[in-house]
Amino acid sequence: MITRRTLLAASASAGLGTCLMPRSARAQGAKLKIGLITTLSGPGGYLGQDIRDAFQLAVDLEGGSLGGAPVQLVVENDAFKPAQAKEIADRFYKTEGIRLFTGIVFSNLLAAAVPDLLDNDAVYVSPNAAPSTFSGKDCNRNYYVVSWNNDSLHEAGGANAQRLGYKRMMLLAPNYQAGKDALTGFKRMFKGEVVKEIYTRLDQTDYAAEMAQIRDAKPDAVYQFHPGGLGIAFMRQYQQAGLLGQIAMTVAEPSMDSTIVTALGDSAIGVTVASHWNTDFDNAANKRFVAEFMKKYSRIPTSYASQGYDAALAIAASLKGTGGTFAGPEAFRTAMLPAKFDSVRGYFAFGPNQHPIQNWYALAVEKGADGKPGLRTKDQILTHYGDAYSAQCKL
Amino acid sequence: MGEAGLRVRRLLPWLGLAVLFAVPVIVQRLGMPSLLGLATRIVIMGLAASSLNLLLGYGGLVSFGHAAYFGLGAYAVGILNAQFVSGDPLLGVIPGTDELAVTLPVAMLVSGAFALVLGALCLRTVGVPFIMITLAFAQMLYFLFVSLKAYGGDDGLLIRRPNVLASLNLRDGATMYWIAASCLVAYLLVCGRAMRARFGRVIAGQRQSPRRMAALGIATYPYKLVLFGMAGMGAGLAGALMANFSRFVSPDMMHWTQSGDLLIMVVIGGAGRLWGPLLGAAVLIGLETLLSGWTQYWQIVLGPILVLVALSGPGMRRRIGWTA
Amino acid sequence: MSLVIEQTLNGVQLSAMLFLLAAGLTLVFGIMGVINLAHGSLYMIGAYASAWTAAATGSFLLAVLAGVAAAGCVGMVLEFLVLRRLYASDHVDQVLATFGLVLFFNQAMALLFGRQPLFVTLPGWLSGTVMVAPGVPYPVFRLLIIVTVVVVAALMWVFISHTRIGMLVRAGATSRDMVRAMGVPIRGLYTLVFGLGAALAGLAGLLAGPIYAVQVGMGEQILISTFVVIVIGGVGSIRGALIGALLVGGMDTLLRAVVPGLLQMMMQGPDADALAGGIASMGIYLVMASVLLVRPRGLFPAHG
Repeated sequence: MITRRTLLAASASAGLGTCLMPRSARAQGAKLKIGLITTLSGPGGYLGQDIRDAFQLAVDLEGGSLGGAPVQLVVENDAFKPAQAKEIADRFYKTEGIRLFTGIVFSNLLAAAVPDLLDNDAVYVSPNAAPSTFSGKDCNRNYYVVSWNNDSLHEAGGANAQRLGYKRMMLLAPNYQAGKDALTGFKRMFKGEVVKEIYTRLDQTDYAAEMAQIRDAKPDAVYQFHPGGLGIAFMRQYQQAGLLGQIAMTVAEPSMDSTIVTALGDSAIGVTVASHWNTDFDNAANKRFVAEFMKKYSRIPTSYASQGYDAALAIAASLKGTGGTFAGPEAFRTAMLPAKFDSVRGYFAFGPNQHPIQNWYALAVEKGADGKPGLRTKDQILTHYGDAYSAQCKL
Repeated sequence: MGEAGLRVRRLLPWLGLAVLFAVPVIVQRLGMPSLLGLATRIVIMGLAASSLNLLLGYGGLVSFGHAAYFGLGAYAVGILNAQFVSGDPLLGVIPGTDELAVTLPVAMLVSGAFALVLGALCLRTVGVPFIMITLAFAQMLYFLFVSLKAYGGDDGLLIRRPNVLASLNLRDGATMYWIAASCLVAYLLVCGRAMRARFGRVIAGQRQSPRRMAALGIATYPYKLVLFGMAGMGAGLAGALMANFSRFVSPDMMHWTQSGDLLIMVVIGGAGRLWGPLLGAAVLIGLETLLSGWTQYWQIVLGPILVLVALSGPGMRRRIGWTA
Repeated sequence: MSLVIEQTLNGVQLSAMLFLLAAGLTLVFGIMGVINLAHGSLYMIGAYASAWTAAATGSFLLAVLAGVAAAGCVGMVLEFLVLRRLYASDHVDQVLATFGLVLFFNQAMALLFGRQPLFVTLPGWLSGTVMVAPGVPYPVFRLLIIVTVVVVAALMWVFISHTRIGMLVRAGATSRDMVRAMGVPIRGLYTLVFGLGAALAGLAGLLAGPIYAVQVGMGEQILISTFVVIVIGGVGSIRGALIGALLVGGMDTLLRAVVPGLLQMMMQGPDADALAGGIASMGIYLVMASVLLVRPRGLFPAHG
């Protein structure tokens, strides 16, 4: 029996429901929802944008599906705030019923948002952030990384500095988990003398004091890890302080991606970079990715874009293995671990802690044929390299 | 007003209370359990705003650093929990705990004590310097917690398991809501009682005319200081509840924009009215939820609304019964 | 030695920026009795206008003019539309309205220019370094900031102590009601002073652009430091703003340079640096608290 009250309640709930539900939820359908929480604003905003765009590109190239499963990407900006990332993850899980997540750029946000998801049987595939704690003792069956463990990146950086023959180095990184991992990783491979280590603040924009200290310490070279906009500000002030050309600089890929190179122009020439991927890699998957990305978005993809794309490919491979559906975390895992996809970086396998095993390369910023500076691949630094933490991981 | 009208007026608070406590049942019946989280946030922020209302509405003291006490209460829960998980006592003496019956009072005490210290300093000034000083001290505390790497620094502190209270499950939305609502009602009852007492009359007197109070030979400084402490305790309680609700604590909770949000809630809801801040919290958080679903630039709409509310002035608001 | 000179200059440069912001804000408060949280938004507007102009025209001079003009004009429009109606209001309403303006401007800038920070490229003659002492190079642009602010401060002094409008400004700061009673067209004076303060904020913003990133929310952080400057110096006093800015800028730089070294002797690694950063950030508030303990109205209170 329909009374007036139930009618009223129903219409009220319908009205309220449409108002309060995010737009994405209203577009109904049997699509598999993937929650992409990422940083779209602030100095690190373009990193999240590249991850989102490249992930979307992979979905589009498969005609709106991943591994045969029609996919709906639900994107939200975490605004580089741990609390906000946590809040979005909660909402995606509870209100939208999402069980498959990706997208987070920064380690501190991952540490806030992801553990609760993993505890509740959701799956997280990281396209970038991979703090060392989650690679070792806190590793998880539902947690996969397609980028690199924080330390590995900087181990490659250390190996590169070693290869270049630097004896006295000064190290700078922002004071957060990834920054600490950076310097730990670097020192693991670099055998020379570390003159000084400086931790900057993550919200710092003025590096005048640090420049003064670099000048004072006179190292052979500076190794610095400042991702995104921080890196641009740091490099500019390095140049303004007249240090560029005086003291060599070597970095890892996040501190000198194609966007930073473009922003810095000629002043970036000569900086050496350790990276797991570059636009000029000669394999079919990469050529297709770079061409399609430039066609669709009219800009050079950064390494973040390549990771977003690889994350989508890895998920697609797993979904394909489970017959085009998401059939719970264990089925997903069985199909995920063989990593049956063509990574744009070439060799790729999952290690025992579900982090990648891959090769590392040395790049340098050089003037290209068009007269503009760009990243060129020079040499291979490390081969089939995992990370230092996988032994601590018991899965 | 007729006899019947009077009776309705007397029943109204009870009806409001009944609705407040029935929210979990109502949203369940409406088939929208996801609204419960929203309601819990409204109640907790309403409590924080109510504590600011003591200073702003009743005392006429424009404190612009209220988020400091809110965040401090949250950190009290977060730090006690972190020590409980690690098993080491804090500073080698204070054992950690995850008992809600312990953490809530501790949070209130810590925030209240801190408010007393800050209040003692800030109350030396009046007017615009007072606003700036409360703001600046709150920012100082913000920086302190940003730099406290042992408790997460600016990364925040995750509380993987919520506090325990007897056999209740705080992960359950309805339980958390009822605890928050009970705290709110208890706090408002105490405040309402205090404001009707002699204490409240002195507070109101110094708001209306400090000179008259001086002429009456009443030193208002101690009264204002006690008011600061009461407000700090309320904010600390709200912070502790928020820490349990979102199971995450970060310095963002004491950021100055959070103080601004609390201020907005008080003014929108009607400064100096006991239940106003709860209403203000409902309006602001509701507005935020609605507008942010519509555009990520929702504050571009909120900003001008605030300007209009402010331009309408307290005189206008009082005339239409908006402010006490 | 070179380190000491360089850090001293860094401190002076920070003080210069703070003074530009504090001078405008303290005037506005001293004369009109308004607390204006949107002062930081004017700083941001100046920075955006100049960054955009620099990118569009490539001319540094045009960019400077655009930044100052944009902030000054927006300031005067704000005064005319909003702030003028708040002079007689409660402080709560002033805070609420200007907070609303902050939210509005932040989002408007995000909408217009995107959320990615803008970077201003300096012309060649400004992007290098000069030798300020033997063996001590210092960025030309940071020196330019210091020089600009010294010139602006001198001009302000002339303006306030040697012109008729300046006299009215001083009179207004001492006794608002008396100036009004003397039949001075006070409304025009208010708009002018507000525009002037806004232009100074815009100047600070455009000078900050090439050093830091131009981004949404850039005004808030420095606004709060500016409040500290004003409270220390005494609300409404330009001289107080100058002394306050030097104190705050100097203290901040000194702590940032010294504390990490001290802490590193006691504890290890990143925790020491983090704590040092925190202590350095808190330092200026502790200075403020101690000044208030001795002189609750600041060092140079403007009103009797």
